[in-house]
Amino acid sequence: MKRASRIGLGAYVAAARGTLVVQPRMGMGDPAAMAAAVRAVAALPARTAATITLDSYTRVGDHRGARRALAAGERLNGFPLVAHGPAVTARVADPAGPGVPVQVRHGSARPGRIFATMATAGLCDTEGGPVSYCLPYGRIPLAESVACWAEATEELAAACAAQGLRAHLETFGGCLLGQLSPPSLLVAMSVLEALFFARHGITSVSLSYAQQTDAVQDVEALAALRHLAGELLPAGLDWHVVLYTYMGVYPRTAPGAWRLLGDSAEIAVSGGAERLIVKTVAEAHRIATVGENLAALVHASRTAERAYRHCALPRIGQVDYAQVLDEARALIEAVLGLADDVGRGLLRAFAGGLLDVPFCLHRDNRGLTRGTIDAGGRLVWAKTGRLPLPASARPRIHRMTSTDLLSLLSHVADRQDGRGR
Amino acid sequence: MRHHRRILLSTVSSDAHTWNLVYLQMLLEEHGCTVTNLGPCVPDDVLVRAAREEQPDAIVISSVNGHGHIDGARVMRALRRDPGTRHLPAVIGGKLGIGGTADEDHAAALLAAGFDVVFPDSADAAALPEILDGLAAGSAREAVLAGGAR
Ligand code: B12
Repeated sequence: MKRASRIGLGAYVAAARGTLVVQPRMGMGDPAAMAAAVRAVAALPARTAATITLDSYTRVGDHRGARRALAAGERLNGFPLVAHGPAVTARVADPAGPGVPVQVRHGSARPGRIFATMATAGLCDTEGGPVSYCLPYGRIPLAESVACWAEATEELAAACAAQGLRAHLETFGGCLLGQLSPPSLLVAMSVLEALFFARHGITSVSLSYAQQTDAVQDVEALAALRHLAGELLPAGLDWHVVLYTYMGVYPRTAPGAWRLLGDSAEIAVSGGAERLIVKTVAEAHRIATVGENLAALVHASRTAERAYRHCALPRIGQVDYAQVLDEARALIEAVLGLADDVGRGLLRAFAGGLLDVPFCLHRDNRGLTRGTIDAGGRLVWAKTGRLPLPASARPRIHRMTSTDLLSLLSHVADRQDGRGR
Repeated sequence: MRHHRRILLSTVSSDAHTWNLVYLQMLLEEHGCTVTNLGPCVPDDVLVRAAREEQPDAIVISSVNGHGHIDGARVMRALRRDPGTRHLPAVIGGKLGIGGTADEDHAAALLAAGFDVVFPDSADAAALPEILDGLAAGSAREAVLAGGAR
């Protein structure tokens, strides 16, 4: 397939310096609709990156299920990239033009076919990770995910290099289950997955972190993430930080949804993140329309522009981030101390409970930890299990009923919707 | 009066969401149920086998990724075909299509596939234990439930 080559996500973000790059999570089953969405995102005056988000069948490797649903005229929750194949995918990405990157977002513990298909289509920007696309995304054993990710990552790097392109991988480790994982675990997972990518031939990465329950705490986490990335990633690796607008239960009202999105844009700017992936007013209810995605991008970009000039939040250089830094560093060092290879270290850490994701049902997760929200609204540890955390982590244990869980999960939404504190 | 019930809790093959499952397990346990939670992305044959072996008092399926109306109907037909599971009461709820509350016409197809109760997107999960009681008493078969609309 011959086509003009497109700018990569890493280079695009580097060139945007001083302007927040904004990006949707957007995917639909129909190629014409997906192409129109890519075109509309790229055409916005805001500094955007385009996205092709994949459907759930493709994520679990059920490409037959995706084809069957397409044939039956069903509406999918994303773009079935493997079922459509590389030629259709290349046509869908084309309307972005050479100057706007197109990232594939997938959620697969076995990403090999997705990576091969997208690379054949000339797409080299994607995301995920051996832990973050395994534990929250299904029942594939962690060891299998780590092996699949190692192989697929190397193949992606090679397939892109063969076309004169540079693969870019973003960690999903800064999100995990979207809610109730304290920031230090998110920061640690993001750095560990970036190290994994670098170890397997990737030279351009981004490190994610998802907005949680308290804006200042999030700026602290972003400060710790930059600090540790600067310290631990190999010299010469191109990297930037990407913030995700809140990934947990979203406000149900439009004003609440706008406020939460605006807050995330301010956190991104104050915390020095270079890119933001937005959420829409439809988030709590259904898959968003293209129009809702465009409106979210415009709002985030405008809010960010204002925040560069003035913002009530402290800037990254003004916060004391020692606690999240110490906790995240302790987790990372424990993993790196378990094996020379970061993939093997991750496996041993989960087996021993040195990494343990709160509320995660996956069989390879020990399940001895819990997160909660303290009286001041910060996300903290309720149970630390066997995590090798410094004493400052001070768990606060309480019994939890289904009603308690629901109110923790809805804390952010209720606040923005004008209910609760 | 409530009896001790055994519930098989599951989602569908393509659905990775688990907060719904964690929450529903806690809720049902608080109402005296013993719950087997099959976790995320449950292949059809895993669910059918578990149902055959456990003979639960009810199967509760939760899906929120928007494919629940497709995957739910498919696995339900498999459960109704299998002589070892065809008699088991089964309910489904969550966010079953990608169109929000506009999608509620999926209910008819899911009932036709064999579900006893289909909860609309707006249903309050807190109503579930009581509806399971009704199912066990044999009163709710074929019922189309609003399940306590919002
Ligand atoms: C957290 C989250 C995630 C996390 C999940 C982590 C995990 N392992 O659970 C992550 C980030 C990994 C994720 C991934 C994806 N997600 Co998601 N996710 C959410 C989010 C933000 C919150 C869900 C949640 O935790 N709710 C808390 C629980 C307790 O509530 P609940 O699930 O809503 O269930 C309640 C009711 O529905 C009801 N209920 C549920 N089941 C049942 C069953 C019965 C019988 C009854 C009576 C009631 C009932 O009771 C519950 C309590 O009130 C929602 C949007 C939102 N609500 O804000 C999207 C959302 C559910 N996700 C969505 C999608 C599409 C995905 C992806 C496919 C990615 C994509 N294409 O965008 C992937 C999943 C991949 C896959 N293979 O399925 C869509 C579904 C669209 C739709 N149905 O129209 C939503 C609505 C977001 C959106 N608007 O696009 N997601």
